[in-house]
Amino acid sequence: MTVFDQLSLDGLRFNLTSEKNSAIPLDFFTPPSANSASFCLPNHSTTVRRPFPLSHGTTTLGFIFQGGVIAAADTRASAGGLVACPAVHKITPIHSHLVVTSSGSGADCMLWERILTREIRLYQLRHRRRLSIRGTAKLLSFMLHPFKGTEVCVALTLCGWDKESGPKLIYVCSDGARLQGDIFSVGSGSPYAYGVLDGGLKWSLSKDEAISLAREAVFRATHRDAYSGNNVDLFHITAQGWSQRKREDLKEEYYRDMEKRSKDRRGKIKRE
Amino acid sequence: MFYCVLGFGDPGKMKDYHYTGPVEHKFSPYAFNGGTVLAVAGEDFAIVASDTRLSEGYSIHSRDSPKCYKLTDTTVIGCSGFHGDCLTLTKIIDARLKMYKHSNNKTMTSGAIAAMLSTILYGRRFFPYYVYNIIGGLDEEGKGAVYSFDPVGSYQRDTYKAGGSASAMLQPLLDNQIGFKNMEGVEQVPLTQDKAVQLVKDVFISAAERDVYTGDALRVCIITKEGINEQTIPLRKD
Repeated sequence: MTVFDQLSLDGLRFNLTSEKNSAIPLDFFTPPSANSASFCLPNHSTTVRRPFPLSHGTTTLGFIFQGGVIAAADTRASAGGLVACPAVHKITPIHSHLVVTSSGSGADCMLWERILTREIRLYQLRHRRRLSIRGTAKLLSFMLHPFKGTEVCVALTLCGWDKESGPKLIYVCSDGARLQGDIFSVGSGSPYAYGVLDGGLKWSLSKDEAISLAREAVFRATHRDAYSGNNVDLFHITAQGWSQRKREDLKEEYYRDMEKRSKDRRGKIKRE
Repeated sequence: MFYCVLGFGDPGKMKDYHYTGPVEHKFSPYAFNGGTVLAVAGEDFAIVASDTRLSEGYSIHSRDSPKCYKLTDTTVIGCSGFHGDCLTLTKIIDARLKMYKHSNNKTMTSGAIAAMLSTILYGRRFFPYYVYNIIGGLDEEGKGAVYSFDPVGSYQRDTYKAGGSASAMLQPLLDNQIGFKNMEGVEQVPLTQDKAVQLVKDVFISAAERDVYTGDALRVCIITKEGINEQTIPLRKD
């Protein structure tokens, strides 16, 4: 990456490599500004305006119950008014006991997850033990801190299982927030998902009930939010690791729901 | 945001255009040069196609500026958007490919090129390359692979993707014809190479009809294990 920088053109280079931190090598090219003496982050008005929209908008959720952690998300990536991709993976496994759900700008999430995976793996190789979920969240939060105030928009929920302390759910965002909790929903569809989750979530849910609740929450959110839709991905994390449920197209669910409603309304007996 | 000066006092009267004073236009380092790129992955082949028109505003700079660039014997990249950034980006990718070849003594695979391009694009997160990239090629097992990117490096492996000015028109058509989406009772046959090439030609002819920035000629690169075969087909020139 550094040799490439020598090929790059003039302009300020924002270099995050710090010797004492043993390298998070991130070289970002910043556009040349009139006020180059101040060398500040590119968040003031002389930043070049982008002529294209980036992908944003989503519904992701995670919650803890007696059987572990459930993470669910939709699969739509929208760029402005266009659906850039209807089948994105918003839940990414980092290691066998940690998955991260991403929300915000698609490219930012993808790259920062990659950087996080790299750092976690390096930690494991150097210290011969796996970093805890809390430690992972802290590391991510500190890595994102220099970009606070810039356009980087990342809101990740780390869902995992620690050997020492059991199930964990931590929300990290590029604004600097780092919160541990039992239930989180992130994205443009999160208000709708929260409504369903708050109504149905209990600690004593069985695995199938919890999965069904998560599915329902994402389905209702995709129904009402324009920027969420297409399919639902579901991950279940236990002490044995994560397992992924087959991706499900919500279009079928919508038609089933519609048929059920029309039958209820007409008061007909359900035909077997 | 424009405010109507005449307001409510004079309904129905058209606003007069008059000189409001000197207006400063900020220099924009970006320009939109148009063009459409398409890639389709088959069982043992991949197709990358692009039109060859280079336009800016109401003018056409060139009728013979294809947007497919050959990277390796098994990978072709299509870049559309701002032509200046397309050229620089392909030069940088070529340089990185050479560096990889010299350090690792092997050619980069399609998946590796895609991952590398993602980091190159993200390195310019705060002053992005205004380029919509689509990489088409064969993966290590010889199956067709298509990787589509957004301008800042988010990428995904797909079966088919359209990018560029006519992408919003072409993508639904591809969803229907190749992905068999939004249709009922249809038999899902795998795509043969001949059918795929014919489909790409038809799709570009449709795009040239409805998108002003697409036209002149179509360059199709068909990637198989035998190598890369290029064809040029004329399109509407108006």
